[in-house]
Amino acid sequence: MRELICICCPLGCHITVDDSDLNNLKVTGNSCLRGDKYAREEVTCPKRTVTSICKVAGGEIPVVPCKTKDTVEKGLIFDVLKEISKVTLKAPVHIGDVVIKNVLNTGVDVVATKNIDIKR
Amino acid sequence: MLHHRLVIIGGGPAGLAAAHGAYEEGERDILILEREEHLGGILNQCIHNGFGLHTFKEELTGPEYASRFIDLVKKDNIPYKLNTTVIDVNKDKIITAVNQEDGLLLIKADAIILACGCRERPRGAINIAGARCAGIYSAGTAQKLVNIDGLKVGKEVVILGSGDIGLIMARRMTFEGAKVKAVCELMPYSSGLNRNIVQCLNDFDIPLYFSHTVIKINGKDRVESVVVAKVDEKLNPILDTAFEIKCDTLLLSVGLLPENELARTCGVELSRVTNGAIVDESMMTSMDGIFECGNVLHVHDLVDYVSEESTNAGKSAVRYLNKSISSRDQVLEVKTSNGVRYSVPQLIKKDTDYTPIQFKMRVSNVFKNVEVALFVDGEKVAKKIKQIVTPGEMETLLVKEDIVKKIKSGQNVELTLVKRG
Amino acid sequence: MHKDIIIIGAGVVGCSIARELSRYNTSILVLEKENDVSVGTSKANSGIAHAGFDAKEGSLKAKFNVEGNKMMKKLSEELDFPFKQNGAMVLGFEDDSIDKIEELYHRGIANGVEQLRIIRHDEILKLEPEINDQVQVALLAPTSGIVSPYEMTIAYAENAASNGVTFVFGAEVNKIDRKGHTFVITTIDNQTYECETLINCAGVYADKIYELAANKEAPFQIVPRKGEYCLLDKTYGYLTSHTLFQTPTKMGKGVLVTPTTHDNIIVGPNAHDEESKDDVDTSIEGLNEVWNKALLTMPHLPKRGIITQFAGLRAHAKNYDDFIVGYDNDVINLYNVAAIESPGLTSAPAIAVHVAKEVAEKMKLSENNAFNPIRKGIPHFAYLSNEEREALIKENPLYGHIICRCEVVSEGEIVEAIRRVPGAKDLDGVKRRTRAGMGRCQMGFCTPKVMEIIARELHEDITSVTKKGHESFMVDKR
Repeated sequence: MRELICICCPLGCHITVDDSDLNNLKVTGNSCLRGDKYAREEVTCPKRTVTSICKVAGGEIPVVPCKTKDTVEKGLIFDVLKEISKVTLKAPVHIGDVVIKNVLNTGVDVVATKNIDIKR
Repeated sequence: MLHHRLVIIGGGPAGLAAAHGAYEEGERDILILEREEHLGGILNQCIHNGFGLHTFKEELTGPEYASRFIDLVKKDNIPYKLNTTVIDVNKDKIITAVNQEDGLLLIKADAIILACGCRERPRGAINIAGARCAGIYSAGTAQKLVNIDGLKVGKEVVILGSGDIGLIMARRMTFEGAKVKAVCELMPYSSGLNRNIVQCLNDFDIPLYFSHTVIKINGKDRVESVVVAKVDEKLNPILDTAFEIKCDTLLLSVGLLPENELARTCGVELSRVTNGAIVDESMMTSMDGIFECGNVLHVHDLVDYVSEESTNAGKSAVRYLNKSISSRDQVLEVKTSNGVRYSVPQLIKKDTDYTPIQFKMRVSNVFKNVEVALFVDGEKVAKKIKQIVTPGEMETLLVKEDIVKKIKSGQNVELTLVKRG
Repeated sequence: MHKDIIIIGAGVVGCSIARELSRYNTSILVLEKENDVSVGTSKANSGIAHAGFDAKEGSLKAKFNVEGNKMMKKLSEELDFPFKQNGAMVLGFEDDSIDKIEELYHRGIANGVEQLRIIRHDEILKLEPEINDQVQVALLAPTSGIVSPYEMTIAYAENAASNGVTFVFGAEVNKIDRKGHTFVITTIDNQTYECETLINCAGVYADKIYELAANKEAPFQIVPRKGEYCLLDKTYGYLTSHTLFQTPTKMGKGVLVTPTTHDNIIVGPNAHDEESKDDVDTSIEGLNEVWNKALLTMPHLPKRGIITQFAGLRAHAKNYDDFIVGYDNDVINLYNVAAIESPGLTSAPAIAVHVAKEVAEKMKLSENNAFNPIRKGIPHFAYLSNEEREALIKENPLYGHIICRCEVVSEGEIVEAIRRVPGAKDLDGVKRRTRAGMGRCQMGFCTPKVMEIIARELHEDITSVTKKGHESFMVDKR
């Protein structure tokens, strides 16, 4: 039995996962399907969305926020951050611009989450 | 003097949603005044995800959520002025604002929506003794420096307060290479969301000390350490439990306060509980034609609720301008009891407008297995069952037309918690 | 660098003496170990222009206090710093308080204090309805006033500078030699400065400076006496317009509750002798002590109104209850201005005139005809009329960009504060000159913006910006 707090949304449902049979997990306490997916993943292979900032050259501010477009394995968080820190984008930047394609072969892109204009 | 039918003070999530709501209701003479360089308010620095599940049915970061509303306002062609600070609002709804291009602006408005947000409680307000050196930041200030200015705030961090900004900053500082040595929370529970304790602290093994506070800050030029102690039931520090944590940075996430300076100058009646205006279901304050919404009215934990409330305020302001809502002649006070600290709206007009009302409230403690219930003259007319309610999470209760009708014909309206089982 | 006169210490005493001496044809240098003027005792005190009934008859304290009080109004107009003659009351809550009140009354009369009156319960509450109803009697001193102590010091320094005085900061003195009659002063960064006359205005360090100059133990020991304060939000400015003292009892001197020149309420100080000359930490016990004592004056003081706390050190002379002002008996051309504790702020203008006169006489200095006594302060956007604001923005659009929302401080003011001489170099310096960050959010919102402006104006990287000089960096190096 695993007691979890769902992190999918601010409701923070208290979820119970019966993991006595790893091939047949029983999830209760969730209030949506996302919660069910989260609980199963959290027990087998926990994943997180990574949000951080990436350097921008020539922008009105020196950094642009970015995120992994989907969740990545929790264990990879700091590796993803390291990859992001190696990049410097050039202004202008638009929401959705790809910062890193398929980061660390996860199949997930890192994308910009804010529009940054060129410095006046 | 300029004239506009509707002036919205604040271009953050509340102001933007109010503007778009007013536009949708048919108003075309709207002006937004924003003191910062960009629209979007504090969302611009909230780069983490978790916004918008209610409103857009997808998970967005703060800047993405803000941009959705900025795009709407731009599509609506609603004019806005940036870098423009309102310094006065008077009883005649004359706004004095200032910026570099226009100089001093006097604007007469027929209706005003105050959407100025909130500020963080400073160190002084919580009486932490010790040094007044560099390295003490409110969590939001640090968030701005890190996420917008791209600066590194410190290497070894202690955070006081487990509100959401504190928790989010614990992870953020960790991502920036800092070591977060502890998060201390005065109360025996967190005022932040559970999900944030999991993904911001537990994920990185950051210790969270409940019923602990920082009692002293040491350091000459920069913070060198803080002294932490357990507190008793009355929240007084127990001095012989004190221990020292070496750090160069102390972040404070010890509560948010609605920024009601303008409301105060124009005579809006404020609530001592929420520190925001006392409003009726149209979000109108005690001053005719002056509305409030968002964190200036009461501090929210979900921006989705801010948007919803502000849309309502925007639409109501237009109905007021079109004289299609009644004035506040007769009102019922929404009483709160048994663990419910406050309700917004605090007042319900005794008219025949039976539009559904969303009551928002906060509780004073952690309660398990309860009903959030609305009573009219002793009769339970609406309820919502909750496994758990906590002070950190705002509760809502939506009541439909037929119930609104009951409320408006009643004498005694009360929001309360009822223990189940 | 060689100057006729060197003043050590840029507190209110050093700066006022520098200004008064700039009335004469001479060259003057002020050495300050910190990053700015007014960062020691002069920035952290009650800000009272005392009437002068407290000091013992015939003492220097009494003389300079009463003289200083009388000078304050004209001075505040010449130098454009906040001063208000708000009046003070010494409140008595006990049956025998009247004895002490009468003693103060008679001492005040002897010291030359004007308009003193003893008033009773009803009149007291009529003047200040928020005072504890148990009050019985009070001494009313209408000539008592409030000043902004750091703004007064800054004003003195700017006026001195515009009249030719040089200031060097970060100049901690660690050696004083003699070459004939010339003093040779070495600072910790190995700079040397020479002068003929040395004026010791080093506050709590005055005994240390004496020891360096005289090469022997000082005849006076300065004990840092800590006083802690709580500052309340402007919303509570209505609580009192008078400065409210408590009648000294066996239990101690009591604390004051007073408005500041910017409409906050300040509560404090206590008094504890310290070992360290630079420990201005507040303590839980101390803050509680101050607060609980203040409740006697005003039982409904709102604790939730507190926006900050701070502590200052008074330069108290051990076993000696007066100011030390004059040429040293042993060390030729050394002038000591030491132990300037309360009422030091009030007395400073009078002390400065006295010192300047003595030094000018001894050095046979002629009057400087070019001396300009007028200094204009930085325009405070918040306090201007709309017409003045409009004109100001037209002249310089930066005054239309509000940086500190709580105190309504514009970018124009901050830039001006940095460009003045001596100008602000750090966040605290900007704060003292413009009030940016003094409001209820206590720099929450304006910190990043002010950091940016400082970096831009001083042509330094933002990571070099400090809170208060030395190593007080706000953010890490990149």
